[in-house]
Amino acid sequence: MEKAVLALEDGHFFYGYAFSGFSKKETGGEVIFNTSMTGYQEILTDPSYKGQIVVMTPSEVGNYGVNFEDLESDKIHVNGFVIKDLSPIASNWRAKKTLQKYLDESGVIGVCGIDTRALVRIIRRYGVMKGYIHIGEISPAEAVKRAKNIPDISELDLVSEVSHKEIYRWDEGTWRWPEGYRKIENKKYKVAVIDYGVKRNILRLMADRGMELVCFPSNISAEEVLEFKPDGIFLSNGPGDPAILHYQIEQIKKLLSSDIPMFGICLGHQLLSWAIGGKTYKLEFGHHGGNHPVKDLRTGKVEITAQNHNYATDPDSLPSHVEITHINLNDDTIEGIRLTDRPAFSIQHHPEASPGPHDSNHIFDDFVELIEECKR
Amino acid sequence: MPKRTDISRILLIGSGPIVIGQAAEFDYSGTQGAKALKEEGYEVILVNSNPATIMTDPEVADKTYIEPLITPVIEKIIERERPDALLPTLGGQTALNLAVDLYEKGILDKYNVKMIGANYEAIKKAEDRELFKEAMEKIGLQMPKSAVVKSVAEAMEIIQWIGFPVIIRPSFTLGGTGGSIAYNIDEFYPKVKAGLEASPVHEVLLEESVIGWKEFEMEVMRDKNDNCVIICSIENLDPMGVHTGDSITIAPAMTLTDKEYQMLRDYSIAVIREIGVETGGSNVQFSQNPETGQFYVIEMNPRVSRSSALASKATGFPIAKIAAKLAVGYTLDELPNDITKETPASFEPTIDYVVTKIPRFDFAKFPETDPTLTTMMKSVGEVMAIGRTFKESIHKAVRSLELGRYGLYIGLEKEDDETVKEKIVTPNADRLWYIAEGFRRGWTVEEIHQLSHIDRWFLHQIKEIIDFEKELSEKTLATITDEELEKAKQWGFSDRELARLLKTTEERVREKRMKVSYKVVDTCAAEFRAFTPYYYSSYEKPFGIVKEDGTVELVFDTENLEEK
Repeated sequence: MEKAVLALEDGHFFYGYAFSGFSKKETGGEVIFNTSMTGYQEILTDPSYKGQIVVMTPSEVGNYGVNFEDLESDKIHVNGFVIKDLSPIASNWRAKKTLQKYLDESGVIGVCGIDTRALVRIIRRYGVMKGYIHIGEISPAEAVKRAKNIPDISELDLVSEVSHKEIYRWDEGTWRWPEGYRKIENKKYKVAVIDYGVKRNILRLMADRGMELVCFPSNISAEEVLEFKPDGIFLSNGPGDPAILHYQIEQIKKLLSSDIPMFGICLGHQLLSWAIGGKTYKLEFGHHGGNHPVKDLRTGKVEITAQNHNYATDPDSLPSHVEITHINLNDDTIEGIRLTDRPAFSIQHHPEASPGPHDSNHIFDDFVELIEECKR
Repeated sequence: MPKRTDISRILLIGSGPIVIGQAAEFDYSGTQGAKALKEEGYEVILVNSNPATIMTDPEVADKTYIEPLITPVIEKIIERERPDALLPTLGGQTALNLAVDLYEKGILDKYNVKMIGANYEAIKKAEDRELFKEAMEKIGLQMPKSAVVKSVAEAMEIIQWIGFPVIIRPSFTLGGTGGSIAYNIDEFYPKVKAGLEASPVHEVLLEESVIGWKEFEMEVMRDKNDNCVIICSIENLDPMGVHTGDSITIAPAMTLTDKEYQMLRDYSIAVIREIGVETGGSNVQFSQNPETGQFYVIEMNPRVSRSSALASKATGFPIAKIAAKLAVGYTLDELPNDITKETPASFEPTIDYVVTKIPRFDFAKFPETDPTLTTMMKSVGEVMAIGRTFKESIHKAVRSLELGRYGLYIGLEKEDDETVKEKIVTPNADRLWYIAEGFRRGWTVEEIHQLSHIDRWFLHQIKEIIDFEKELSEKTLATITDEELEKAKQWGFSDRELARLLKTTEERVREKRMKVSYKVVDTCAAEFRAFTPYYYSSYEKPFGIVKEDGTVELVFDTENLEEK
């Protein structure tokens, strides 16, 4: 381990110890915190974290190591990883290596020994901000200066970095004990997935439900998607600010007019909001964790959800043909909408969980139902 | 949804005398529950035989009866007070057993008293081993191979199928009284006999041994709209074979991946639904095969339990209080989280520290008791400690035991290897210190794991403490670096222990070491502002601020509830 410093653009800085990514020396990004007590491997590999330095609130991290199964994409996407205490060993029946080794092999900087609780309280009070990590000696003033100079996340086209460049198919279902993942053979619906940085568990849950999944790059045109003649269109999660994705929003507008059932999650939800004339705004410090209560306004049921977003749909911007279906009970922000004039709905949180509770898995059934309804 | 208006008088049954397996935690939950109900305008009638409790203080309930906790007496109280409802889930096993008896004798029906919190069917399903097993089969959850027997002869037959070692659990007893493990047929016979005698219904459960498997507990709550939340996960450091009440336990669970944790979460919710606890809290226990990841359900308590008292303190979520409010018709989303005020109780606490519970034994007072820890609870109390790291947490817990121990050193160097080994193999009150001694002798994590079956993660943590202890003992206060001293404090070494290792005095260590900081238990890992001053101490590196004028200030962070 080597001494490292994490500096925030507002002048705060923390000393800690870098335990991986030594070849890189430095990294920067938007600093956010995640309150999930389990699931760091899924978080590290979630493409939505591209451009961000993730601070974990649980104080012991790495205990169960990493394995070859709990991946949400093919690699680590976080720009940096900050924790309180790192486990030197990996203890779990599926563990294949330690967290330290995993991060180091990927050249991702991990820092431990930081008072993460103090750091989280600063982000809560002053809002999400840019941060910079440096391994080795540097003056605090210089580190803070570099934090300020990091480009703003809303200036970066992160989606095109994490989206697959080629069209690909997906047929793996969800993980079950003891067999692990299985291949899904029985396919009933053709679904086009627009991959803005899709999490694998979304694809797995759709595959479980008999969907033949073809995933398109984020810069695909609406025409190309429609050529495939899908029964349903899925708009995936992904990193960054939705407001800059003008091309993608235009394509969604065209796709909507086809009246093919559409479902969006997270960034997909935000893009749908823009496509129907709505707007999104940046939350003070976002929602990142596995314990957020979301209420379905139609049934009154409350579900505990997995969340990972810094932007939210502005309710005042939504046209009249939109129904708000879900809200977050912590701050009343929008968690789900439905179009009343077209077969389309979207969810801000993460019904696919991974990591997080499975309460909302059934939302994928709603997509199946919508497809069935439109087929009839 | 408003609270229930069809009831106005509620009878609350306390847990009676302090006995092993049922101690002050039920006074804590009963008091919380009574206050919560009064706050809602209900008239609370309390009965408890133990006057040495907070709940029997005159201001807690509206009417308090200090009477024996037996059915005829409760019946008289019901006859006289005519309560509309009985809340039996806050008074431990005693209250639950009484509620079952009152129901079965038709007393509740006769006086038109509704059982709230848990109904009769749910209690039976959770407590009756056969019904419980059927319920678990129905929802596809596995349990250890087991059978209920009512005679020794029957037991001798069934054991052929189950095999050794086998666990003997008498039905309907407190804290597993009369429970034991038999490794062969010679031990089996007397133990079954004793178990049958200990059970009020003359019945024991024989169960496939999962000794050495990992053990977890989940605290789950449910409201009348079927909203379910998990309040806390707990991992037992001591593997299966030691009663949870006698185990060192840690919150949150330390060694589960998200996939496994979510399995347990799904299972716990499925269990509370299938058993039919309509409102309130339950505790579900699981064991896991450390090699294959397979989970078994062990048992569920359809009531506030010893573990829920621990989970409440560990997370800041008042389970008994919320359970009482759910029992009178509120839903989780209608109740505020007391600590954050602005967010609702329908969420799951997330914790950014490690909680350690260590049981406290008093074998000196019970000289005839075998000090081996088994499935029968023997501890007379417990301590709970909070630290930012596991090492800090366990160190603090050790000191809180008030055994005159200031760390993991208690002078075992004169014991021979065989004794140390034996004390690591056989669970006992001092096992933690013998494990530490094993590491001092250079034994490996793998060796001690083979002896104790304790998860390698915990063992490695203890080994790191011992390795560092050795490094420290080679230094003095003059030669130790600031960095080393900082690490020692973050790992929970007491000033007194450091004084011993560095051959100096406690005062001089305190002068030199970093300042202590205080952190808040807030249910949400600082995501929201906290309003309740519930603090623990810890040691953290200071952070800095580069000011406008370029000067640098270092801050030893201490939380202040006034902060935004």
